[in-house]
Amino acid sequence: MKILLVDDEVELVSAMAERLSLRGLDVDWTDSGVKALQMAQGCVYDVAVLDMKMPKLSGLELRRLISEKCPDMKFIFLSGHGSEADFKAGCKEAASYLIKPVSLEDLMAQIQECGCKG
Amino acid sequence: MSIIRKFKPQFWDTDSGVGPAKRLFNYRRIWRFAIGVLAVVALVPLLVMAFIDYNVTRHSLESENLLLTARTTSNTRRTVASFLEERSKALQFLAEHQGIASLRDCDNLAKVLESLKSSFGGFVDIGIINEAGRQIAYLGPYDLLGRDYSGQDGFEIAMSKGSYISDVFLGFRDEPHLVLARRVKDAKTGAAYILRATLDTEQFTTILTSLDLAGSGDAFIVNREGIIQTPSKKHGEMLTKVDIVIPGFSEKTNVQQISGKDGTNYTVGYAYVLDTPFIVLVAKETKELMLPLQTIRMELLWILCTSIFIILLVIVLVATYMVNKIYEADQTRARTLHQIEHTNRMASIGRLAAGVAHEINNPLAIINEKAGLVKDLFMFKQEYAADDRLMSNIDSIINSVTRCGKITKRLLSFARHIEVEVDDIRFQDLATEVVGFLQKEAEYRSISIQMDIPDSLPQFTSDRGKLQQIFLNLVNNAFQAMSDGGHLSISARESAGGKLMFAVGDDGCGIPEADIKRIFDPFFSTKKKKGGTGLGLSITYGLVQELGGTMAVESEIGVGTTFTIVMPLNITKKADNHENPAG
Repeated sequence: MKILLVDDEVELVSAMAERLSLRGLDVDWTDSGVKALQMAQGCVYDVAVLDMKMPKLSGLELRRLISEKCPDMKFIFLSGHGSEADFKAGCKEAASYLIKPVSLEDLMAQIQECGCKG
Repeated sequence: MSIIRKFKPQFWDTDSGVGPAKRLFNYRRIWRFAIGVLAVVALVPLLVMAFIDYNVTRHSLESENLLLTARTTSNTRRTVASFLEERSKALQFLAEHQGIASLRDCDNLAKVLESLKSSFGGFVDIGIINEAGRQIAYLGPYDLLGRDYSGQDGFEIAMSKGSYISDVFLGFRDEPHLVLARRVKDAKTGAAYILRATLDTEQFTTILTSLDLAGSGDAFIVNREGIIQTPSKKHGEMLTKVDIVIPGFSEKTNVQQISGKDGTNYTVGYAYVLDTPFIVLVAKETKELMLPLQTIRMELLWILCTSIFIILLVIVLVATYMVNKIYEADQTRARTLHQIEHTNRMASIGRLAAGVAHEINNPLAIINEKAGLVKDLFMFKQEYAADDRLMSNIDSIINSVTRCGKITKRLLSFARHIEVEVDDIRFQDLATEVVGFLQKEAEYRSISIQMDIPDSLPQFTSDRGKLQQIFLNLVNNAFQAMSDGGHLSISARESAGGKLMFAVGDDGCGIPEADIKRIFDPFFSTKKKKGGTGLGLSITYGLVQELGGTMAVESEIGVGTTFTIVMPLNITKKADNHENPAG
């Protein structure tokens, strides 16, 4: 299972990717939505973990753009905000919606669940 | 006192407040003003109408009395005139028919007198006076043959004008009588004679006494000098001066209001009987004539008083009802406005909390991941995995992050629910979440919180934000009422008719009985000096109403207060536990 992690906080996304890698997952990460879109062109990822709020390209927009090309890809949203609009949109458009700070065990469980469904 | 309290309208004890809007909210002033204006508008026309009606009736009665008196007087004059004229004409007929020579015969004169007595009545004697004034023939009870009348006024008037009717007088007979005299000419010699007859006043008086005059009405005759000619009931003795002023000559019958010597007002009809010295007077006491007016006045007064009472009663009831409605509308409006303000404020706080939580969440997430990574690295390199001190320090960092995360997530959840309109709710979760905010304060103040919410309570649909606010307001209120070491009890039940009943009780200071009725009114606060706005319970009450529920309070001074809320339980089909992604 190949995973793409996207968050504008480099420190967060890099550490999270490393921890997942240590647990044997195949993880790519980036701190830019635009870069993430390029990376996802080949539809090589099974699950994408996206931050909701990012500069230039938000998590929701990124999800729509990737889904057009890769309809089978699963998405998990991460958010530090948790507003009603975010919550509704996140719940509707992604397999899961988690609020930061999230425990790695929870995240892994969600990723596993997505992988099983896929 | 209890009756007054029962009927006392809601607005009666309301403070009008302070500031420029004071006059606007002075309900007692509005009530008094409304009653005043309505009373003036309704009663003034009624009083004016009553006054006009009374005066019209009085004028009408006066006119009727004057007319009636005038008619009676006029009829009496006609009767009196007719009485005297028919007897005077009878004398003329005798003289012309029988001639003076025939009448001078004593036997014939006796027959004539007898005939006059039987056919007309009232004749006492009859005589013939020659041009020299000497009576040359006489038949009657007195010895008057040869008597000289030449010096008397009657003789001169009869000779010059052809007829004469005297006043009533006593004369030497000492009985009231009057004289009729008629000048006649002897057909043979052309000499002038006077045919003179005396009438007693019995029939004359009967004409007046037989009149049907109500009460103390008095009809009598006076001569032109005001000497009473027929008996009067009240205005003087026979042949004495009448006690009322006689108006001047008039051919027509007149009626006047005249004041008597004793101050009594009389309505007097008077009529001069032409070619006689007589004036017919019909006098009635004005007071007696106006007696029907007293009855009308009393009836009018009763109707007026009853109408005024009914009008005032209706005005007071209507004004009270209307002002109460205004008061209720103002209360609802004030509550709604402040609820909107409160909701806006809560939304602002929510947005602020969400912003703060978001800003904190990202660095927290970094700390979390970095600490996690450090731990992972140590764990994966066995040389550090056995170092308990190192591991416990890293765990401490991660636990602290988890604790902070819980707080920010709770804040985010609360803020998010402010904006939600309808949601599926587990009351247990909602109560726990709200109480969670005050958990620390409860710990510091040693307040024990006892929650009695059965697991069987079904999940239902409602406005989570409003329910949160209601619950938070009640719990906050209880915290303020309690002293340190107090007990807060929260219970919820599904009551009959598919309703949710939950209660928040405390063992605080309690609410005085006098304040209980007003605690839900906007701006009513017993803690104004301590910064209370008087809006908390008012807003809570408004929110409960919006959710279709009712709110009741039981309180006892020194024992505590319990707020009970009953609201519809719109049970959702989904019975499983609500997964809260934020929690």
